[in-house]
Amino acid sequence: MAEEERKEPKKKLLTVSTSPHLTDRSTSKQIMYEVVIGMLPVTLWSIYLYRHMAVIVLLTCLAGCLGTEWLFNLARKRPQTITDGSGIVTALILGLSLPPTLPWWAALIGSVAAIGAAKMLFGGLGSNIFNPAMVGRAFLMACFGTMMTTWAMPFQTGVKITYEDPAAAPSAITQPTPLALAKDAIKHAADPDIAEWNKQSPDDVNIIILDMFTGNMTVNGSTGETSALLWLIGGVFLLFRRTITYHIPLAVLGSSGVIATAAWWANPEVYINPLAHLCGGGLMMCAFFIATDLVTCPLSKRGRVIFGIGVGTLIMLIRLKGGYPEGVMYAVLLMNAMTPLLDRWTRPKPLGGHVSAD
Amino acid sequence: MTAITTDKIRTKFTFRRGVHPPHRKNFSASQPIEHIRLSSGQQVVVPMSQHLGAPCSPTVEAKQQVVAGQEVGTSDAFVSAPVHSPVNGVVKQISPQPHPTGKKVLSVVITVGAEQPQPQQWQELTTDFTPENFEPEKIIDAIRKAGLVGQGGAAFPTAVKLMANPKKPIDTVILNGCECEPYLTSDHRLMLEAPGPMVAGLQLAMRAAGAQRGIIAIEDNKPDAIRTMQEAVKDISNLELAVCQTKYPQGGERQLILAVLKRVVPTGGLPLDVGVVVVNAGTASAIAWACIEGRCCNERIVTVTGAGIQRPGNFRVPVGMLLSDLIDHCGGLTDDAEKVLLGGPMMGPTTGRLDVPIVKGTSGITVMTRNEITLDEEMPCIHCSRCVDHCPLSLVPTRIAHAVKARDVEMALEYDLLACIECGCCMYVCPSKIPLVQYMKSGKEMARKAKQK
Repeated sequence: MAEEERKEPKKKLLTVSTSPHLTDRSTSKQIMYEVVIGMLPVTLWSIYLYRHMAVIVLLTCLAGCLGTEWLFNLARKRPQTITDGSGIVTALILGLSLPPTLPWWAALIGSVAAIGAAKMLFGGLGSNIFNPAMVGRAFLMACFGTMMTTWAMPFQTGVKITYEDPAAAPSAITQPTPLALAKDAIKHAADPDIAEWNKQSPDDVNIIILDMFTGNMTVNGSTGETSALLWLIGGVFLLFRRTITYHIPLAVLGSSGVIATAAWWANPEVYINPLAHLCGGGLMMCAFFIATDLVTCPLSKRGRVIFGIGVGTLIMLIRLKGGYPEGVMYAVLLMNAMTPLLDRWTRPKPLGGHVSAD
Repeated sequence: MTAITTDKIRTKFTFRRGVHPPHRKNFSASQPIEHIRLSSGQQVVVPMSQHLGAPCSPTVEAKQQVVAGQEVGTSDAFVSAPVHSPVNGVVKQISPQPHPTGKKVLSVVITVGAEQPQPQQWQELTTDFTPENFEPEKIIDAIRKAGLVGQGGAAFPTAVKLMANPKKPIDTVILNGCECEPYLTSDHRLMLEAPGPMVAGLQLAMRAAGAQRGIIAIEDNKPDAIRTMQEAVKDISNLELAVCQTKYPQGGERQLILAVLKRVVPTGGLPLDVGVVVVNAGTASAIAWACIEGRCCNERIVTVTGAGIQRPGNFRVPVGMLLSDLIDHCGGLTDDAEKVLLGGPMMGPTTGRLDVPIVKGTSGITVMTRNEITLDEEMPCIHCSRCVDHCPLSLVPTRIAHAVKARDVEMALEYDLLACIECGCCMYVCPSKIPLVQYMKSGKEMARKAKQK
């Protein structure tokens, strides 16, 4: 239409639109790809550690997430949205939170659940209530509990893990994660000395914590739970680019750190070093990349702080008192459910007060 | 952070939130104000409604001779302002004509005559000025007769604004020289070229409103204007300078009062509720011209700017001059001109036609090219909360837009839709390029209709 008008140079037509006519350059697409860039360092490191296993899990998630979104759009006769980057973010977060040993078909099922059930059924980008990646992971946790809690050590290429009897696998291949050891220590609270974690010398503990922080090869866990440092670098990148604000990361790390420290002070025999908690599992990933998911966190700064404190507190509650060694997934999902309420409670008061009803 | 640098000038005033759009004032910032004289045979269109309030009725007839400054329309209503002919000439017709608002408005069309008066001196006052010689009633009367309205854009009749209200005493008048809209430079040039009348106008406004204190607020991206105004107020005891941070919308009344005086204007209230009156820089000068020189509001300073105009500049334009004539005077539009804005890019409405007149509230003409405007497609809201973090009124724009989209007026009102000043910060920062201001405007329209029912 506009092109036809331009063909006649004499009759120049002007564009009419509402103000403002200047806008900031950043776009939603750019925000999504910045999150992807933030996750790249840790993704590359995970591929280095878990080789083809990580590649298979991540690629399956990518194909599963984008494919599901493509099919849903096709079925609903909507314009395709798979290039907006949000599907890639979900795929990466999901893939990085799954065990590297997970069979590809399980990862595929998780991806379909994440994008199909948690995002597209709610109306696509921006309309979902729950973090899609965490819903996908929760779905897999409910379906394939054993597979989801069997943790291979890095570099275990070419070894087949049989899930019928995972305990039969040699410990060089699969091992409890540091957080599982922490849980074990809590279970043996009556007799702390028989807990695996407590058998290590303080120096060994320090080395393990350092390995958890840097992502050295001795620590196992989910595909992406390799290096707290690389998550931190990605998070600082997002903060620097102003893709996220500091409120949620600070609240998550602060609240979980305070609780872990308090528990450790109260009873260092039962509760492990808070630094191990901060660097262990998905806490760093959660603080910067999962809890900060723009769609599912509150709008106001006050709301985001409360949301972050809630996530951090629930994570530590599950880790210290709950049935699972790790609580990121459930903490985020529970707080996602709180988001609409938090939005209502923490709505900013307009400058000059509310409009009076007349 | 209020640092007192000298006893007359205080700096670093600001408000919370807001945005930092590119200034783009270089197109016209160094162009001195040029007086535009219309040539014989040209037409001017003087609309009967150029202000907030009741429209005027014509006081002349077709084929009647008029002289520059002659009243051609007036009204008995309290909130109104008479209109005057900008030229000597003959009334061609009185009929509805296209108006910048997009509607047709009854207007007096005047054909410019051959003999025109000499341009009036405007940069300095022609007589010695002592504010004490002017009685408040006389000032208000002169302003009313001159048909003065706010020159910043809202065009509220100045006489009504300044009239002392015994229930709500005014202690401070703020001269708004922020000019926070990108591109526009008319207030900046006026401060540089005619500081005398502006300061006199501020003193007259203070006298009319009964205020003891006058503050001149300027953004810190205009250091030359700050120096000029500092020089102009140095011997006047009750005037001071407030240098504000360059941030949009620093020149919004509420934001300016908050920044400079730390007073919060209640939602739905006016600045006079907190004892303040804000006058625009151009308005202050016009007050001085009206009261001291006895002139009427038939000319105004207009910035014509943007990459889409051949020769940007600042002009003293007869009110009623057609936009197309003004653009021709500036060398015409460039080939890639895409949008013509009546005002700056943050709040200025676009016009689709160029046969509309310059009115009393037209602060500038910004012509944007295809490259300058964003044509990104609207994406779904991703709840990034940038609009919430930048709204200078602490509203939740995305929620209001959502409610308006669903035609849920009650929800929109619940989220304080009516407090919105349509400054455009929310859409400026929106990464999904959602036309939030459009939703605000249509929401207000919906609320108005719902109330009528």
